[in-house]
Amino acid sequence: MTVIKRKDELKVVGTRPIRPDGVDKVIGRAAFGADLAMPGMLVGKVKRSPHAHARIRKIDTSRAKALKGVLAVITAADLPNIPSEEAFMGEGPMNFRDLSRNCMARDKVLYEGHALAAVAATSAAIADEAIELIAVDYEVLPHVIDVDEAMAPGAPLLHDDLITAGVEPKPNKPSNVAKRIHFEIGNVDQGFKEADIVVEGRYTTKPVHQAYIEPHACVATVGADSQAMVWTSSQGQFMVRAYCAKLLGIEISNLRVIPAEIGGGFGGKTLVYLEPLALAMARISGRPVKMVMNREEVFRATGPTSGASMEVKIGAKKDGRITAAQALLKYQAGAFPGSPVGPGCMTAFAMYDLKNVRVTGYDVVSNRCKVAAYRAPGAPISSYAVESAMDELAQKLGMDPIALREKNAAREGTKTVYGPMLKNIGYVETLEAAKKHTHYGIKLGPNQGRGVASGYWFNVGGESSAAVHIAEDGTATVVSGNPDIGGSRASMAMQAAEVLGIPIERVRCIVGDTASIGFTFMTGGSRVTFATGLATIQAAEKVVEDLKRRAAMIWDISPEAVDWRDGAAHPAGANAGNFQPLTLKEIAEKAGKTGGPIGAEVSLNAQSPGAGFATHVCDVEVDPETGYVTVLRYTAVQDVGRAIHPSYVEGQIQGGVAQGVGWALNEEYVYDSKGRLENPGFLDYRIPVASDLPMIDAVMVEVPNPSHPYGARGVGEVPIVPPMAAVANAVRAATGIRMTQLPMSPPNLRAALRKAK
Amino acid sequence: MPRVVFAGSAAQRFTGGENEIAVEATTFRRLVLELDRRFPGLGRQVEEGMAIAIDGEIFQDAYATQLKPDSEIVLIPKIGGG
Repeated sequence: MTVIKRKDELKVVGTRPIRPDGVDKVIGRAAFGADLAMPGMLVGKVKRSPHAHARIRKIDTSRAKALKGVLAVITAADLPNIPSEEAFMGEGPMNFRDLSRNCMARDKVLYEGHALAAVAATSAAIADEAIELIAVDYEVLPHVIDVDEAMAPGAPLLHDDLITAGVEPKPNKPSNVAKRIHFEIGNVDQGFKEADIVVEGRYTTKPVHQAYIEPHACVATVGADSQAMVWTSSQGQFMVRAYCAKLLGIEISNLRVIPAEIGGGFGGKTLVYLEPLALAMARISGRPVKMVMNREEVFRATGPTSGASMEVKIGAKKDGRITAAQALLKYQAGAFPGSPVGPGCMTAFAMYDLKNVRVTGYDVVSNRCKVAAYRAPGAPISSYAVESAMDELAQKLGMDPIALREKNAAREGTKTVYGPMLKNIGYVETLEAAKKHTHYGIKLGPNQGRGVASGYWFNVGGESSAAVHIAEDGTATVVSGNPDIGGSRASMAMQAAEVLGIPIERVRCIVGDTASIGFTFMTGGSRVTFATGLATIQAAEKVVEDLKRRAAMIWDISPEAVDWRDGAAHPAGANAGNFQPLTLKEIAEKAGKTGGPIGAEVSLNAQSPGAGFATHVCDVEVDPETGYVTVLRYTAVQDVGRAIHPSYVEGQIQGGVAQGVGWALNEEYVYDSKGRLENPGFLDYRIPVASDLPMIDAVMVEVPNPSHPYGARGVGEVPIVPPMAAVANAVRAATGIRMTQLPMSPPNLRAALRKAK
Repeated sequence: MPRVVFAGSAAQRFTGGENEIAVEATTFRRLVLELDRRFPGLGRQVEEGMAIAIDGEIFQDAYATQLKPDSEIVLIPKIGGG
């Protein structure tokens, strides 16, 4: 068991140093995916399907190839035909055949925007012209987008060979249902019989995009010796390397991926789209190829998260004790299997200590982009339904919504529906803090309402590498294997500084490329501060041991007689000798004489990451004429383990809430009758901006995670889990109307208000 | 002997619906080998798509993880994130 340091023992962890990469990002000096230029570089563009579902009869690229300035044209015929092979390399199960066919359609296009050819030319104008010269003969097929319609008998089939997994006996016909998942504990039917009150409802959510500001972008080169390089903005340079190598048949040692600065990912940059195409065209042309999506392409061709259709039923005794709960969750996967319905099922009721629970999930393909991970994948969707039902239950019982949750709250040792018991969790603490917060006592006016909702996310650990190098002047560099999305350079530097005992200003952290640091799993799952932080701490500890050994050499005493504190070696006691402390700088100056350069790298597989819980309180005012919802106040309470950099943690919480409020109130994909997306831009796909939101009060509850010496646990995902239900419950309190469909946009809410009159 | 619980349908389809067994194993790796011996295909499923919770703490891809004689081991789907 790791010994968690007391707060009063920490000098750097828990402070709020200035963000090292902040200014460069604000003034546009940081180098993002689209910022690299190389001599002789070509511009790559993608030909995309105008149809939601069609068979490709023929692609004629001859006119495009003949255009002056075009140096490469590719279709699926130019890429390896990857067989079906499942692996868990990204943020969920991955089938390389599907990934390959998502990057470049083969035989069929499965959604509007599906890539089916690409060109590389000497200018963007020539590339655009070449795209237009590619002639495609389509057999347009019927399409289906809605999840319930995709499951209905007679629905257009996307894949002739898709047999539902998880069903016994195995179906003998294909369908759009890729998988059925089922979890059950206790006796659910008996539990409902014992209930005094039962609430049930059907809820739907729309697919929403991660809406990162920076579109996908990359530059690829292939040298004469077959050494390839990709510069790209992603959530994992090692993920890009693995996927590209697999899709193109490249040996991993021949491919180096350099992580560019990343302008947001939120799970959406855990896949490849352009990189294999750019590499393939760089290989053909012998020139560097840059590819950059525009916003329209991002919306049409990159993964949002699922839309869903859900049914939830909860039964309880009059005192509020829940006797049974069940949920049926149907999630859109997009064009290929792999929605986050699994974690949706596992997290749905994880906030509660329930004896009788049944959750069934369906992973359903339909004619839209393949979904990608989005912050706590799957959990916000199921949580919206469950936490709305909990609010209904509180109302019917006449109970305070926090009191109802306290009555049923998951605590130490609570068994989840997916099997394990929960340990070292702080859910009850979030409920207590929310109840005590001044926000909860503020009186509301006309057309105003207050909503409460809770959320859960597992958090993950996994494989991470970090190195710590000491320079001749005693400053330190941390090399991390994770792209910095949420401030990890600062948190890695702070954890190293804490171990080394030096000020944070003397430690810098960089993100290493795939050739300069050991394998590191992606930035995602709220894992980096915890898992890569552990690698950083252990690397710094190795350095400290080495520094003590070198100090002992300088003093000519035993290494066991040396202590390390406040950034310097000290004699361990009077018997060790009477020496002035040797600072890190002084030891570093003598590195050559004491054994050479000072540094250490640690690679590990971090386990037992510690789960995250949150409770949110939201006040809204609803305009009864227009249906416009103003968020008046928002308080987000979260168990953060222990905050390494509290400002970053607060930022993660506020960011999660902002995205959740957008999901609740405005964001949706709008399709026409032919399955074409009608709002592929931020003008019509409305994400919240600063003026749409109040100051979000992020309240950190600190229940330290015993798997980390500073008590850190993941914080980036659980804050997006409660907001949709918190807002919906507030709208219910303000209007008396339970909004069971998202988004609660002005037209939708206005229609509901009119219907209720 | 450690008890292994198969909580969801992903593992239960290999066990014929059996949802709990005792297994002679002292490490995660031995557990996987023993599960595959008793339920062919389950070992690969655990290796490639599942994590284990040992007495409430979640472990992924950790052969050397020690099991105690009274441990409760739950096989769960592997978890990613966003």
